[in-house]
Parts: sequence; structure tokens; C-alpha cells
Amino acid sequence: MPTKIEKDSITGQETTGHEWDGLKELNTPLPKWWLYTFYATIVFAAVWVVLYPAIPVQGWTGLTGWTARGALPAQMDAERARQAPMLARLREVSAEQIAADPELRGFALAGGRVGFANNCAGCHGAGGQGATGGFPSLADDDWLWGGSFEAIHTTISHGVRAGESDEERGIAMPAFLTTGMLTQAQVNDTADFVLSLSGRNVEPAAVERGRELYAENCASCHGDGGEGNRDMGAPRLNDQIWLYGGDRASVVRSIAYSRAGVMPAWRGRLDPAMINMITVYVHALGGGE
Amino acid sequence: MATLSATQPGAMSAPRPMPDYVDGPIRAFAIATMFWGIVGFLVGVVIASQLAWPLLNLDLEWTHFGRLRPVHTSAVIFAFGGCALIGTSLYIVQRTCRARLFGGEEMGWFIFWGYQFFIVSAALSYVLGYSQGKEYAEPEWFIDIFLTVLWVTYLVGFGGTLVKREEPHIYVANWFLLAFIITVAMLHIGNNISLPIHWGSGFSYSAPAGVQGAMIQWWYGHNAVGFFLTAGFLGMMYYFIPKQANRPIYSYRLSIVHFWSIIFLYIWAGPHHLHYTALPDWAQTLGMVFSVMLWMPSWGGMINGIMTLSGAWDKLRTDPGLRFSVTAVAFYGMSTFEGPVMSIRAVNSLSHYTDWTIGHVHSGALGWNGLITFGALYWLVPALWSRAKMYSTRLIEWHFWLATLGIVLYITAMWVSGIMQGLMWRAYDELGFLQYSFVETVAAMHPYYVIRVLGGVLYLTGALLMAWNFYKTITVAEAHEAERDLAPARAVAAE
Repeated sequence: MPTKIEKDSITGQETTGHEWDGLKELNTPLPKWWLYTFYATIVFAAVWVVLYPAIPVQGWTGLTGWTARGALPAQMDAERARQAPMLARLREVSAEQIAADPELRGFALAGGRVGFANNCAGCHGAGGQGATGGFPSLADDDWLWGGSFEAIHTTISHGVRAGESDEERGIAMPAFLTTGMLTQAQVNDTADFVLSLSGRNVEPAAVERGRELYAENCASCHGDGGEGNRDMGAPRLNDQIWLYGGDRASVVRSIAYSRAGVMPAWRGRLDPAMINMITVYVHALGGGE
Repeated sequence: MATLSATQPGAMSAPRPMPDYVDGPIRAFAIATMFWGIVGFLVGVVIASQLAWPLLNLDLEWTHFGRLRPVHTSAVIFAFGGCALIGTSLYIVQRTCRARLFGGEEMGWFIFWGYQFFIVSAALSYVLGYSQGKEYAEPEWFIDIFLTVLWVTYLVGFGGTLVKREEPHIYVANWFLLAFIITVAMLHIGNNISLPIHWGSGFSYSAPAGVQGAMIQWWYGHNAVGFFLTAGFLGMMYYFIPKQANRPIYSYRLSIVHFWSIIFLYIWAGPHHLHYTALPDWAQTLGMVFSVMLWMPSWGGMINGIMTLSGAWDKLRTDPGLRFSVTAVAFYGMSTFEGPVMSIRAVNSLSHYTDWTIGHVHSGALGWNGLITFGALYWLVPALWSRAKMYSTRLIEWHFWLATLGIVLYITAMWVSGIMQGLMWRAYDELGFLQYSFVETVAAMHPYYVIRVLGGVLYLTGALLMAWNFYKTITVAEAHEAERDLAPARAVAAE
């Protein structure tokens, strides 16, 4: 189609004279603001290229000398230097001493909260409330391995059944059915007796059958009356707090197959100061002794 | 000098015989666009719900977020967006070249069925666990090879039609579409060079490793946005907005300058996806400054789209299809401003890895790509099936408001959640301790994840209304020849 320049009556602009399927184009000049803003971004780019590393030449980092690898350590070092004196003090004293010093305690609670949130809350809950399935509450006074500063510190450092060579916190309950120590019927009777310890309504005949089985197999760790034993990490059985559920099926399962829940050992992973801070924080969650 | 006015559309066109355009595959592409759109939006709603309520992962390997997420992104970008682009480009190139598709019906149908085969095999492979682990380039090598063959065929069909055109000049839409087709071919091949892990294995190793692999991936990823989702859809805009508005393009000069500046600048901008990574600083800086320079070239398309309406603004009241297109261009302008801002290193240190990025992508994808496609389809479907108009204008209105409200809910939720997330990650207390744990940031985002699901549901509902409207238009509305000069005039085929 021959070029045929027309004038658009609405905008007063001319067309380019071309047409495609009824479509035409005006020849409006570039908007000034558009053009100058475009130039401005080009100037910005040129300035930035001079100021910052933008040319792949060894050693050249632009006029500012800024590098990502330089900026990060500088910022991290500044933060570390700010905390260093406090952390040094926190490493040298025990958690108990920290709790007694208001300044150290305030710092430890702030740091322990962060350390707990990043490392512990995944299992024990954001407020230390625990979760069913083997994640004990840290906000009550029902402790498996003890609630003193020292006991909490040991548990965090060594974990529970974490496979450490010194076997601290390494003990586990046997799986009575799997190992053949008890038959399924005996496991059921033992469970009924265990439930009776916390005043549960269970069949008296089963309780009587389970009494002797409990005394022979369980009492050495859990105590004659189910009072538990913190040295063994053996939970109390005569209260209403159940780590793996207090219904009969769950208790049967615990006796038959054992549970042997695991918590990682944190020494070596966390700074000793951080372990101290988390100890103080957990102690303050509600049940510290 | 003759005078153009809005009230005399096409008054200057001399009656010339029209070629026998290939429209069958384009009709099929229009239906496929609608179908894959609904599938893609639906999977989007599902995975958004999984993020809000993780139980919905169903604990099955085929249905968890990690496998469904690429199904969603591929379905909306390559299935919905791809079918829209290929279908409209074949329509546009024939009309604006006044030439029948090179290769004829067979070419059109091969591209259509080949592309559907690619979509289905890619989606199945993700669900079955095949993935290269490259974002937006997940299909493994055997699917990549097939797509390469198909894409080159598409290039031949499109380019061949350009070559045999009857019009002396190439219309601006075709510049953008050709740039889209060529560059996507280059990106696809460049980013998918890989070696199967052993003879006959469906899995492969990427040829470039480590930071080079990351650089190539984001050269690909960013230009998939630039050339697939920007240049391609600008081509669509340059045809359908002047058609809907019945007005000439605002500025030919602007279209030239912004076309070449986009093409030149976009290809360098990829490194802004790798700020604060192992990528050398100099490459990060260059990625950033090229992104900043892209702002005005991108806006050139917005200006040309919106200003083409001067003299036809009243049509926005009566033509909801045009309203879709214009709103799309507004979202395009917003996203292409937000993008350069987010590419600035200091801003990126806050926005990167947060939901802000997700919100940004969706203001582009839902707002720009989605709405411009809906606008084009509302014009194209009656044209392709020779109907005077859509079955129901009210339903289009409903679709418009549902989609717009859905986008607003989606992107504002992601802005709030993303910026909050970024601020929480970096918050220090006065003693030098991080204030929040990661899990606390996740918990804080939950309400916004629920709002996002709601936004997605609204967007999906709108698309369902569109599908119903198309179905009724095609099956019920009376065939209406001649009323629209764009109805394919098969009776006067010249060839």
C-alpha cells in the first residue's frame, strides 16, 4: 500500500502513512519527560559504574572501594565486638551465677530467647510449651532430667540419647515386648497398673496382675509408686502429664516398643555463652528449680 | 492531506482482497489459552492454600508444594501465556502482513498439537519427579529437545509469513513478536545445555556449574520475563489495543526507541537476581544499572498503550474488554517501575527471598499478562467465530472486577507480608541479638497467606466466568458475518 500521510483530527499529529489491517501509527515525537528521565537513568548508571565495582579488572572495586565481601564482615565484626565483652563474661561463669547478677541475667534472657527460638522452639514450641509425641514442656515443673541450672545445662550440652561417647543422658528404657522380656498380655497388664498409679479407672483384676510385673520390671527406674527418677530420666507415672500420650494404647506402645526420644547435643554447635544463656532462659520459663 | 477521525474507522483502507487466513489452529489456541489459564490458576490456588495450611500437601510425593509449584508456574507462563502468545501472534502476523501463514494449516496444527504435547509432558514430568531444578526451566533434556524443534518450527512459520508479506513495512507488533520468538529460542538452548547422568537416563547435569550455572540460569530467567512476558505481550498489546480503541498508535517514534532500548538493555539485567551471592560484585552492579536504565524503555510501551486511547477514552465505559487491556497496561507500568526499584542493591537486601518478590511477579503476571490476554481474547473470540459480540457484556464486567479485586488482594498481601518478613529477618535488639526466629516470621505471615488464597480464588472465579461466556458465545450467539470488518472473509480468498 502506498505511503499516505494523514492528519489525526483529535491529536493534531500526522500518521506515518503506513497501514496494516486497518491499524495506523501517529508520528508523535518522544515525550520530553520520558526522554530526559531515560537520560537521567543512563547518567545514574554511568555514575554507579564508576563508584562501585562494575568492571572485571583484578583489584578494581570502584571509587568507593565497596565490596559485598568487605561490607558483610565489617558489619558482623562490629556487632561481634559490641557483644564480645558480655559474651566473654558469660562464658566464665555458671548459669546460676548469671541468674544472680541482674546485668548478666538481662543480657542472657535476651540472648537466650533468640537462641531458644532458633534452636529449640522447633520441638519444644515457641513458648517452651512442648508438643505431644515426645517433646516435653519446659514451662512446667515436671522435669525428666532435672530443673536446676546445672541439670538444664547438662541436658542442653549433651542432649538426650544423642549418641555421645560419654553416655551422659544416654540411658534408654528397654522395649519389653520386642526383647521378649514381657508377653503382649503382660504388657497390657503392666499398662493397666501404670494407669492405676495416676488414679485411672481400670479393671482391678488386670491391675493386680500388673502389680508384680511392674515391681519386677519398672520400679527400679520409675519408683515403687511411679514417682520417677531424674537420674535415669525416668518420667513420673503417677501424675497426669504424659510425654507420649496417656491413653491405654499409647502406654501399651511405650512399654512394648520403648520410645527413647532423642534431643541433639548442643555443645560444640553453640557457643558456651549461648548454652549458658539458653539455660538461664529455659530456667526462667516457669519451672526452674 | 486526509483527515483521520475516531468515528470513521478504516475509512482510508482501500478494499483489497484478503488472503485465506489460517484460523483453525488459532481458534484451538484461544480455547487452549482459556483451558490452561483455568488449570494454572487452580493449581496456584492449591499451592497458595498449601502454604497457608501445610496439611494440604497431603503427604504424597506427587502433590506436595515442591512438585506442584512448577506445575503452576509452567501452566500459567508457558501453557496459558504461551498459547495466548502463539495463537495471537499467528493471528496478528497474518493480518498485518496480509499473508496466509507460511506452511498453511499443517504448520498451524503442528505448532498447536506439538505445543500441547510439550505442556502435558512437562507437567507430568514434574509431578513424577523429573526436574532440572532450574526455575522456569524445569523440564528435563528430552522435553527440552522436543521444545527446541517445535519452537524453531514456530519461528519458521512466523518468519516465513513475514517474508512473504504483502505489506511493504513490518508492523510494530511483529517486531516484538519476532524478538520474543528468537530470543526465547536462544535462552532456551543456552540454559538447557546439559548431559544425561548416564546413557538413557531422564536426569541430567547442567553444563555450567556453580556460580556460572546460576548466572546462566538468571540470564535465562530474567529474559524469560523480558522476552516472553514483556516483549511477546507488548506485541499482543500493539495489535489489540488500537483495534479495541479504533485509534492509531500514539507514537511510531516512541515504539522504535523503546523497542530497541528494551531489546538492548533487558539482556544484561539478569544478575540482579543474584545480589549478595557468590556472583562477583562487578556483575551484580552491572545487572543493577541495566535494570535501572530499563525503566523508561519499559514505560515506552505503557505510554504507547495508554495514549493510543486519546480520543477514545469514552470506550472504557462501554467496552469492558478494552478496560481489561488498559488496566493491564497500568499494571505493566507499575511492575516495570517496581522491578528497577527492587534491583537496586540496597532495596534488594530487604526484598530478596521475601514474598515481596512473589507479589511483584504476580502484579506482572496477573495484572499485565493475565488482563492483557483476557482483553485480547474478548476481542478475538467473537472475531474468530464470526460473532457480532460476546454473549454477555455483564459477565465481562463481573470478570473484570473479580480479577482486579483478586490482584489487589494478592499483591497488597504479599507487599505487607514480604516487607514485614524482610524487616523481621534483619531486626536486631539493642543488645545485638536478632529479634525474631525464622519460625516467628512464618507464623506472622499466615494471615497474608490466607488473603492471597482469597485473591487467587477471585481471579480463578473470574476466569471461569470468562470460559462460560466464551462457551455461550461460540455455541449460542448467532453467527454474524460482515457486521465486523474483521470477520475472516473466506469467500474472497485471493490465493
